[in-house]
Amino acid sequence: MRRYGIWKYLLILLVLGFGVVYSLPNLYAPDPAVQISYTSSSQSADSFLAERVEEVIKDQNISTTIQLEEDYVLIRTDTYQNQLKLKDLLSRSLVNDVVIALNLAPTTPKWLMDIGANPMKLGLDLRGGVHFLMQVDTETAIKNRQNGTLQDLRIRFREEKIRYNQAIVQGDSSILLQFNNLESKERAEEFINDNYTQFNLPLISNEINSLELSLSDIEIEQIESDAIDQNLTTLRNRVNELGVSEPIVQRQGKKRIVVQLPGIQDTAEAKNILGKTATLEFHLEAQMDTPRSRKTSYPYRNGLGAPAFLQDSIILGGDQVATAQASFDENGLPQVNITLDGEGGSMMHRATRGNIGKRLGVLFVEQKTRTVYERDIEGKQIPVQESYEVKEIISLATIRAALGTTFRITGLDSPSESSELALLLRAGALAAPMTFVEERTVGPSLGADNIQAGIFSMQLGLLLVLGFILFYYRIFGIAASLALTFNIVLLVAIMSILSATLTLPGIAGIVLTVGMAVDANVLIFSRIREELKRGREPLDAIDAGYNRAFLTIWDANVTTLIVAVILLSYGTGPVKGFAITLSIGIITSMFTAIMGTRAFVNLVYGSKKDLERISI
Amino acid sequence: MTFNIDFLAWRKIAIIFSSIFLVVSIGSVIFKELNWGLDFTGGTLVELSYPEEANISVIRDTLINGGFEGAQVANFGSTREVLIKLPGTVSDSLGSEIVTLLGSNNADQIDLRRIEYVGPQIGSELRDDGGTAMLLALAFMMLYIAFRFQSMFAGAAVIALIHDVIIVVGIFSLIQIEFDLTVVAAVLAVIGYSLNDTIVVSDRIRENLRSAESDDTKDIINMSLNQTLGRTLITSLTTLLVLFSLFFLGGELIKNFALALIFGVVIGTYSSIYIAANALLIMGLNKDHLRVEEPENADDNPLP
Repeated sequence: MRRYGIWKYLLILLVLGFGVVYSLPNLYAPDPAVQISYTSSSQSADSFLAERVEEVIKDQNISTTIQLEEDYVLIRTDTYQNQLKLKDLLSRSLVNDVVIALNLAPTTPKWLMDIGANPMKLGLDLRGGVHFLMQVDTETAIKNRQNGTLQDLRIRFREEKIRYNQAIVQGDSSILLQFNNLESKERAEEFINDNYTQFNLPLISNEINSLELSLSDIEIEQIESDAIDQNLTTLRNRVNELGVSEPIVQRQGKKRIVVQLPGIQDTAEAKNILGKTATLEFHLEAQMDTPRSRKTSYPYRNGLGAPAFLQDSIILGGDQVATAQASFDENGLPQVNITLDGEGGSMMHRATRGNIGKRLGVLFVEQKTRTVYERDIEGKQIPVQESYEVKEIISLATIRAALGTTFRITGLDSPSESSELALLLRAGALAAPMTFVEERTVGPSLGADNIQAGIFSMQLGLLLVLGFILFYYRIFGIAASLALTFNIVLLVAIMSILSATLTLPGIAGIVLTVGMAVDANVLIFSRIREELKRGREPLDAIDAGYNRAFLTIWDANVTTLIVAVILLSYGTGPVKGFAITLSIGIITSMFTAIMGTRAFVNLVYGSKKDLERISI
Repeated sequence: MTFNIDFLAWRKIAIIFSSIFLVVSIGSVIFKELNWGLDFTGGTLVELSYPEEANISVIRDTLINGGFEGAQVANFGSTREVLIKLPGTVSDSLGSEIVTLLGSNNADQIDLRRIEYVGPQIGSELRDDGGTAMLLALAFMMLYIAFRFQSMFAGAAVIALIHDVIIVVGIFSLIQIEFDLTVVAAVLAVIGYSLNDTIVVSDRIRENLRSAESDDTKDIINMSLNQTLGRTLITSLTTLLVLFSLFFLGGELIKNFALALIFGVVIGTYSSIYIAANALLIMGLNKDHLRVEEPENADDNPLP
């Protein structure tokens, strides 16, 4: 009599129960929904907002349920057409202090949510949406930093009475300083050594009276990672302003950022907002006696008026803006009301106090990218993304009194420009410009088709395999079929718990797992048949079959797992989705195909003495 | 299923057969090259769905007259679906521009299914990553088998794997099916699958070499191949069943992936019999090679 330890049955039951419960949420199809939140992130959704929403939709013939969640009001509906209708309706009816986003609201029952069971996340290829990969131009960030340092150096040299001829930032982002004599140079060198830590030491001196300050590798790395961090934060803010449910904004590799916006169809708007580096700079107008090297001429943004000279030194930049709101002035022209933070306010006050009667210029600074063609070594033309800066004056107004923390900016072209500028100022500036290096948009109809195709092929694949092994192995086939089904349940449960994202290649991975997971059982059963043929007693043959096949199964699965892990670490997008389900599938299949079938076989045959025939 | 086939009697024919296949594959990859997908070439792709059969040549003319130079237009899956490929970069509103241009009279009915843009530098990076992943996979496989079996088995397995990969890639080049990221994933999965087969066969050869009385490696390998043949065929069959289901029902995006795996499974099955086993024989594997190791008798394992 062969018995399987009771604890093994308990373990299998436990795992099975766990698998069923945690895969259950995936059976509840999500509701198409619209979510509404206030633009300002400090204001969370309240019953007042919910009432306003109710007011708008109550007369419409659309079936809805309105829920007040922590941060937003959720309106569930029944079809995707109604979802779009609702969004349209709400965005036309509600005032512009709210953000409206499409969402898929899970319908998981409460008792499942209470134990932490949630459905798998669907990838963009299954639910529709847009994926951007952006490359951060960190060289610009480095150059900007060096420009700032140079400004600082000029002021400090003046204070220290160190005289210099020329001070510029060179093409490779190093600062070149030229002095009249050796003494100034030596004083400058000493001063820099004492006060600045970011440069490579000793300072390079190519000519007798010059110094070259290049940033140390550590400093460059720091600037790069600061730039990416700031861009990440800014992008998150901007994405929130766009109103997207469950967005992903993540760093990828050294210089790239991934943004995924499920449900967004209008990529033009999204790209426009995400990639914009527009910000403001406040400069005083250059005076007649300002040296040429400290002023620059800029054109007007609206093309009206002759270009004007502004001083190079910046009073303050867009990063000191606390809030910005678009509105209209007395004459109905677009304007942006700006509130500076404390530091910005006092900087502005200090700068304007002593310059009453002079003019203050507001520069609109935008970093754009263009594609230029360069010849590579073989003489082939290759497209290269290049970023360049556009600086234009949007207003140049006489300072009548010292300015404080609040003021307004006029001179904008259109209401859309003012609201965009306000949004960009609120969300913060990008530390470095970015180029879109990859974009993938999946429409909702393709997403729905992909889900359907994935599920169809999985059902058919499973059916064919189950049919075949039932026919071929009979009672043992039942064991293998149960194990196979159990394997899918377990795989889905683990994916759900890890809140892994299911993609179309991921579904392909599951289907492939179905085909390959049978292998373990085929190995075991073939072995049992062989042992039977050699004349072993059925129960001995079962034992020998399982024991002998184990190592083979182990080796075969470990090697496949190695491939899956390599795919996981090297792959992006579609490859990753496939690798995730494949790896989890391999691990779960080892458990179900070996322990699961063994338990079943022992249950059927284990307690029979003098067993003469088994159905295999 | 019991078999008694003298596999190795065919081994010379198999070597000739494989050699021809390899030469044709390599030649094709060199001269015809691969039909690289968007993931690797960079560029822009727009998929549209029309309410009824789409007129490809009209669409192409409209696009070219509308300023989209070099637009390639083709059906995708069905006559209603259209795939447009454009070289170079995407503008912010490319998708809507194309839809407006094509649908000046019926814009509402054209459904924008997807837009993909891959920058030139990303394309070459993805290609490098794919290549690195493949080499890494081969290297790790070799290490694992050398550790679990013996270096000759590792050599034989890797020869079989390289054989499979070259032929699958060769077939993609020969019939010019698009080679994109999912196909790379499939080729890697082929490595995993083909190795599965090779390991099962090698495992049996090792076991038989240790226990059988015969000293003739050729007989032992033949016996092992026959013993595992039933399993090899059944597993290949179940895997092919699901792959055909993916191929026919999984949708256009999965089709090439499934196709690569279908070729891979067939070739992998063949190579585990004729390439891996053959290589072992040619390398001169015999009983003594396994004696030095500690015997690993599967029977001793109390699992599970």
